[in-house]
Amino acid sequence: MHPRRSDLPMTPNSPHPSEGASGVSGVSGVAHTSEAPGGIVGTLQKIPVLHRPRREHASNKTHTLLIFGAAALLLIAIVASGRAAGELALLTDFTQKNLGPGLEHWFGTDWMGRDMFLRTLAGLSLSVLVGLVAAGASALIALLLGTAAALGGRKLDTAITWLIDLMLGIPHIVLLVLISFALGKGFWGITIGVAVTHWPTLARVIRAEILQVKQAPYIEVARKLGRSRLSLALRHMLPFVFPQFLVGLVLLFPHAILHEAALTFLGFGLSPEAPAIGIILSESMSYLSAGYWWLAVFPGVALVATVLLFDLAGSSLRKLIDPHTSQE
Amino acid sequence: MTSFILRNVLKFVLLMLATSMVVFALVSVSPLDPVQMNVGQSAYLTMSPEKKAQLAEYWGTNAPLWERYGHWFGDVIRGDMGTSLRFNAPVADVIAGRFLNSLALMAAAWILSGILGFALGLVAAVKRGGIVDRIIKGYCLILAATPTFWLGLVFLIIFSVTLGWFPIGFSVPIGASAADVGFLDILRHLVLPATTLSVIGVANIALHTREKAIDTRESEFFRFAEARGASTWQAMRQHGLRNLLLPALTLQFAQVAELFGGSVLVEQVFSYPGLGSAAVTAGLGGDVALLAAIALISAALVFSGNLVANILYGVIDPRIRRRGFACAKKARKGAGDASS
Repeated sequence: MHPRRSDLPMTPNSPHPSEGASGVSGVSGVAHTSEAPGGIVGTLQKIPVLHRPRREHASNKTHTLLIFGAAALLLIAIVASGRAAGELALLTDFTQKNLGPGLEHWFGTDWMGRDMFLRTLAGLSLSVLVGLVAAGASALIALLLGTAAALGGRKLDTAITWLIDLMLGIPHIVLLVLISFALGKGFWGITIGVAVTHWPTLARVIRAEILQVKQAPYIEVARKLGRSRLSLALRHMLPFVFPQFLVGLVLLFPHAILHEAALTFLGFGLSPEAPAIGIILSESMSYLSAGYWWLAVFPGVALVATVLLFDLAGSSLRKLIDPHTSQE
Repeated sequence: MTSFILRNVLKFVLLMLATSMVVFALVSVSPLDPVQMNVGQSAYLTMSPEKKAQLAEYWGTNAPLWERYGHWFGDVIRGDMGTSLRFNAPVADVIAGRFLNSLALMAAAWILSGILGFALGLVAAVKRGGIVDRIIKGYCLILAATPTFWLGLVFLIIFSVTLGWFPIGFSVPIGASAADVGFLDILRHLVLPATTLSVIGVANIALHTREKAIDTRESEFFRFAEARGASTWQAMRQHGLRNLLLPALTLQFAQVAELFGGSVLVEQVFSYPGLGSAAVTAGLGGDVALLAAIALISAALVFSGNLVANILYGVIDPRIRRRGFACAKKARKGAGDASS
């Protein structure tokens, strides 16, 4: 084993203080050099006063990790409070109907006097649940098919690639409508629908990753040492694609949740009794011309916020896992 | 060139064949009883078992799946797509009228989002790192997380209910006969749905153009142009645009699937009588013939979009043309990854 370059002690006059991981753009390059011990004083003096960092920042990695943790915590909080609010969200109170947003009812109330904030929370937690199951299943399908395409020989590869093309050839929404039509509506109809339609893109990524790692010397060595194909796949390739898989899984959530909401909105998804965001929004359509704008606006904003949280969690996770950006 | 056309025609035929099988299988395994769906709930309850059996025989619902598929596909090939139960008319007639409506909506959104997205991406790249760039980037990220139908609802609330600028729905005024409907009326009813659809479509193309434009700015020929004294905008106009325009156009063509999906939602929100809302009506009402036909049309549309994108790839990059199709294939794969 040779010591890698980055293991060597960094001296101020080493030619490229932060070569490798960063240094793509001039702006971020400044932030990175400050991490190299010894280089920091020289660099700071070169920067004009106005461009100097105002205060010492936590390391970028910690920063990203914090963002990820906060996003994940918030999402857990949404699901937990939504579960807790389940019963309360269905509580009707006709003395309190059609109230605008105020201190007592943050998101207002609907025509049956239900508190829209609680309904929204319950709807979000249901959406996240559907998203969790569907995205998980979808990612597993992607892992299986992507691996099979990369390792299963030419014919299987052609077949799976063609299947991917076919799946991407029909618009998602139309395919989802067809599947929920075939399976009947409700929780399982929509969850299965989302699960079997969202794998193609991730499967492509995983296939490409495995094709790449297949050529790596350590795989060659393991093969020459007589490892079976299964053990090669499980012990050497799976750990390699796992980070991609994990990130792909988290980034599937937003799509899954949005499609669940869209399908439920159209009337194919969850049943009208379920406290789903799609139901809330499609019901609100009948009250738009009456001027009850809060019925549509707040639940939608909450949905967008949830999706953005998942996006944030996914992209910070990718930053952390990908060695090229883990310090950014 | 001939082999390219032949190859694509073959691909199209295979894809449509597979799509038709998938679609037919899906609509056939539905737990809904076709006889019950076709005659309606009340008539079904009062019907004698013999009559039900006779109808089942007549519609061939007892025949095996393959046989029914063969019949249906044979009819479709001959141009007979069956009768729509919901609209009580031949499917071809129902689709013909709505296809134009949908096409107008999607074309408007396609052009609008393309131009807007390209301009935003270019501005963001030129002002890279500045406040304008950050606003555009944030706007795109938020848009990517926004459900199309909800944005439609918000636009309805703002522009139709509160401001009263636009009608609440439908493609023509209610109660007006077809002869009285002027071009302006149609346009007025098209504005909100098309705007919704294009506002959503902007995000992808803007972010893509921004990335490409930043790459271009870092290229040597661009630096050289700037070193000669051209301003960033000048250099972008003279040397950047050429590099950016075709990839953006290609991406836009490859996005037809998303556009169609969005149009289904938007049409539903604005009660716009297009293919999307017809698909929803068909799906909810168990109108199998119409649903299958619309699914096939949407697949054909997506395929045409992808085909144009593939051809454009050859146009953009002379290397692909010169080295033949092996390279084109590789580039196409890259395009698929980028668009997904």
